[in-house]
Amino acid sequence: MIVSFFVNGEKTTARITEPASLLDVLRDQLGLSGSKSACEQGECGSCSVMLDDVLVCSCLVMASDVEGSTVVTVEGIATRGLHPVQEAMHRAGAVQCGFCTPGFVVTAAALFDANPAPSRDEIKEALAGNICRCTGYGAIVRAFETLAEGNR
Amino acid sequence: MIAHHPRTIAEATSALADGAIPLAGGTDLMVEVNFGHTRPEVVVGLRRVSELAEWDGNRLGSGVTWRRVEESGPRALAQAARTVGSPQIRNAGTIGGNIATASPAGDGLPFLLAVDAEFELVSNEGSRQVAAREFFVDVKKTTRRNEELIAAVNLPETLPERQEFGKIGVRNAMVIATVCCVVTRDSNHSTRVALGSVAPTPIRAMRAETMISSIAMPTDADLAEFARLVSEDVRPITDHRSTEEYRRHAAGVLARRLLERCLR
Repeated sequence: MIVSFFVNGEKTTARITEPASLLDVLRDQLGLSGSKSACEQGECGSCSVMLDDVLVCSCLVMASDVEGSTVVTVEGIATRGLHPVQEAMHRAGAVQCGFCTPGFVVTAAALFDANPAPSRDEIKEALAGNICRCTGYGAIVRAFETLAEGNR
Repeated sequence: MIAHHPRTIAEATSALADGAIPLAGGTDLMVEVNFGHTRPEVVVGLRRVSELAEWDGNRLGSGVTWRRVEESGPRALAQAARTVGSPQIRNAGTIGGNIATASPAGDGLPFLLAVDAEFELVSNEGSRQVAAREFFVDVKKTTRRNEELIAAVNLPETLPERQEFGKIGVRNAMVIATVCCVVTRDSNHSTRVALGSVAPTPIRAMRAETMISSIAMPTDADLAEFARLVSEDVRPITDHRSTEEYRRHAAGVLARRLLERCLR
């Protein structure tokens, strides 16, 4: 079957022959490898995308189910230059190996879109579904605390 | 592969009658797919059926997400919702999916059992209401027939005045329960205790309920006896998440703590 949907503002089609995840279609068919494939069970958050303006794990979205939907991946988070959350992570050195970074970027972008000045607890709760295997959480949380501070 | 995208319940039940596998938030089904445990050829995606996302008083459509329950559900159900997975999981996962999957560890299920919720099952043939206590029959086995859609959850008109949910796991977020529990108590002292992850299905601790419901002001000794009865009422197993002994102990401790919160 052919599925039509929008990815990062562009109309896209994908050919679905088996119950694949949206993540697999993004990476393997559409060449969007920013969303990472790791746990494949919604535990690590490295495949986070926006689906119809809602933050989800793309590994848990059946690709056939995005017919007519709007998907924004990490590649589409910044419309020009860097998104403020990317800028904040860059400045704070909130990247170690970088594998989890795209997921944190998408999750943080969703958080700051909804709440421009979250508290430390709100930041930590929003990031609870994103795992950094290098355990670099200190710098990641500080990056977003600094961003929130600047937005107050 | 074929995927149906119905917009009405009637269209959805027609697809189910033709053998389609229901797909709600995908947070359970896709894990099975990703790990090669299932390979559904015909799927019916339910998220465009707007009626399933309706929430009217005590009637929750099966498509209501944990995110929404967390924000506006009854106290103990909202507490449970807050412990479901991560924000990403709560944005996608639905109460209907939790019921349909019927995991012994389903975080929302003890509440539904404690308050005698009823599930509205709809098929092309009509609809029926099934009480939560009759719905769950074994690990991930329910009385739902394949052609039936869980359309809604009906909660009773009046919910218990005091209600508390608690969950024990290896960490604070993103965890599947080692034990989870709901305790409710009314002004007439009537008490309900329902637990998850301690039996093949969510269960009530009936002897503990009967004992504590007859006591207006439980003493420390009463609370200890209550905890002991809860530990005796559960039927846990040892698996990769915990041992039978620990779960039995933790069930009693957790239920007592929740009861104490209800008594405050």
